[in-house]
Amino acid sequence: MSDAHAHSVAFVRDSEIPPAPPPAAETGVVKWMRENLFSGVVNTIMTVIGVFIIFYLLSGLIPWIVNGTWEGASIRDCREVLQGNGGGCFAVLRERWAQLLFGFQYPSELYWRPTLAFALLFLAVPPVLFFKLPRWMLVFTALYPFVAFWLIWGGTAITPIFLLLAFVAAFFAFKEGEKRFGFVAGLAIGLVAFAIVAFIGDFVASEEPGWLRITSVPSREMGGFMLNMILGLVCVSLSIPIGIVLALGRQSRLPIVKGFCVVFIEFVRGVPLITLLFVANVVLAYFLPPGTNFDLIVRVIIMITMFSSAYIAEVIRGGLAALPKGQYEAADSLGLDYPQAMRLIILPQALKISIPGIVNVAVGLFKDTTLVSVISMFDLVGMIRGPILSSTAWVGVYWELWAAACVLFFVVCYGISQYSQWLERQLRTDHR
Amino acid sequence: MKNSVLLGTLAFAGLAAAGASAATLDDVKARGSLNCGVTTGVPGFAEPDANGVWQGFDVAVCRAVAAAVLGDPEAVTFVPTTGKTRFTALASGEIDMLARNTTWTFSRDTDLKFDFVGVNYYDGQGFMVPADLGVSSATELDGATVCIQTGTTTELNLADFFRVNGMSYEPVPIETGAEAVQQYLAGACDVYTTDRSALAAQRAGFEAPDDSVILPEVVSKEPLGPLVRHGDSEWADIVRWTLNAMISAEELGVTKDNVEEMAASPGDNPEINRLLGTEGELGAMIGLDATWAKNAIAAVGNYGEVFDTNIGESTAIGLARGLNAQYTDGGLIYSPPFR
Repeated sequence: MSDAHAHSVAFVRDSEIPPAPPPAAETGVVKWMRENLFSGVVNTIMTVIGVFIIFYLLSGLIPWIVNGTWEGASIRDCREVLQGNGGGCFAVLRERWAQLLFGFQYPSELYWRPTLAFALLFLAVPPVLFFKLPRWMLVFTALYPFVAFWLIWGGTAITPIFLLLAFVAAFFAFKEGEKRFGFVAGLAIGLVAFAIVAFIGDFVASEEPGWLRITSVPSREMGGFMLNMILGLVCVSLSIPIGIVLALGRQSRLPIVKGFCVVFIEFVRGVPLITLLFVANVVLAYFLPPGTNFDLIVRVIIMITMFSSAYIAEVIRGGLAALPKGQYEAADSLGLDYPQAMRLIILPQALKISIPGIVNVAVGLFKDTTLVSVISMFDLVGMIRGPILSSTAWVGVYWELWAAACVLFFVVCYGISQYSQWLERQLRTDHR
Repeated sequence: MKNSVLLGTLAFAGLAAAGASAATLDDVKARGSLNCGVTTGVPGFAEPDANGVWQGFDVAVCRAVAAAVLGDPEAVTFVPTTGKTRFTALASGEIDMLARNTTWTFSRDTDLKFDFVGVNYYDGQGFMVPADLGVSSATELDGATVCIQTGTTTELNLADFFRVNGMSYEPVPIETGAEAVQQYLAGACDVYTTDRSALAAQRAGFEAPDDSVILPEVVSKEPLGPLVRHGDSEWADIVRWTLNAMISAEELGVTKDNVEEMAASPGDNPEINRLLGTEGELGAMIGLDATWAKNAIAAVGNYGEVFDTNIGESTAIGLARGLNAQYTDGGLIYSPPFR
């Protein structure tokens, strides 16, 4: 049969075809472009339009950056150098860079202090963010607020040292009190200990104002991106614990606690942040007798913290609500009391669920700190809108300054959001 | 119950506050510095330079008052205020005086309970047009498109001006000054109208300032001046007469450079002598040193010098004296006599 077959066909191949590369249209860049960019009439048109738009944007952007000048003392100098070649007048950034970072009033010979505080931030924050680092590094985190306060505001070191001591005393008093009388009584004892040590510190500081004193800088002189960082960091770190307390309070079975939390959260969420800032800046001044120096930054921090803690409370309440009821019942059946159940079982799970929401609030809050420019504080946006854009030398320079502000904010916000995505991946324990 | 106690306490604190702030001069002397409200920045009028030192035409008034009261022009705490916060800052006592190119109007003087102590700049609404439009007077603007900030008095003034002159126009409503400039430069409107000092300051930032001209017509009155709270006439007198001292100094030929010399060797012009404290008791009458006016002039110069260094024709802003010339030169700047 096989013989017959051999004669009945004209040609039989007796060797394998050597392997050949795929056709050019089906491989590499060309294939990718055919599939992704030119797979149909509509897509081809969209691609062409897209390329045109990108080209248009870059043809303006690249000369703007490449031809830009960094030399000059005013916009008129810039124009002389540029001669209309489309370049940017980046000289304004060079001349006013320190003002963009620190505001225009912070003494220039002391710039190293906030810079050092910023550098120390990279020692203080990682232990909180990356839990694979050794736990003892949390000491840096605990010390950081006091060191940073001393560096940025200056004055005698007694104030921050005693504040630190007050926190330590409160912590141990709380531990001891909790062991003997329970959680709530422990809290109360801790508060009392804190108040006593803080009062002593106040007294000592007024007796010995010269001890380890560095030049003090009043709050009024803070400004620039430093102010945004201070407000953002302080308010986020304060509002997370407050938000947790509010979220738990809202779920409480005690009507007064629950009522207070509900009213607080709903009231604050129902009011625009800018209103609260105006209250902090303007209305409070009417109630306080003149000469009362209730620091403006503290007032603003209180208001922003109130605002963001209400939002974070709602985010965390979502996390609490997402937990199956069985988790609460399991905690009860193990015989844990309320604080234990919350700390050991409920909150770790609820907070994990809430991370994306909390980060979302934190990023939004950081950007919202620019609203303080409306109440004549000179944060980054305030510096640009006020002193720099309205100086005789730089009136008319818009793009360069706002681009710089965008870059500064983008770096920080993108960093936060990348971190939160990493954290979500780390904490993923479900069966996805 | 608790609330009423709290409110009562606050009310009492408020009364105590009102009592305490009655003697602003004592407060300033005790504090050792003058809290002066300024803008967050208007070119030429108040702007911090690259070193963070406040400069400008309004700032000079603050420094002159500080020099007169405390003998030190640097003893000023500048409190930047926005258009929204300026009046509450003054009313609540956060600042002792406000020098923030604020228009003196009836309602601000009476209803808001402030005292305008004088006028340091007579402004008015003007028009800016591209030079190649070939227009030399605002009366030739019939049928023009006009960029104008909405919700301001300039809008009403514009309507009045065109109606009175029997002309028509097409308004292009704009939200902010910076936006208006962009629209004007992009050719969205033939004319841009706002206060003339602002027009000049914005034109100074143009790439080609000479391509735009500011027309000579002034269609509204905008007297700008420093102001203080109602109820402390002594303090109002001090600010008023410090400003007048700067104005009189120009009229009498006293300058920053020759004031020390004139004070050291009194001449035979009695008014100069009274002004500089070498004759008479003027300082004591307002509770200050005899050399108060001399200190103020030595610190910032006379009115004309302040004008020329900050906003005058030799600066980038390049404002002519116009209405702000001395009355002897056909302007409105006029100080009552020092007698």
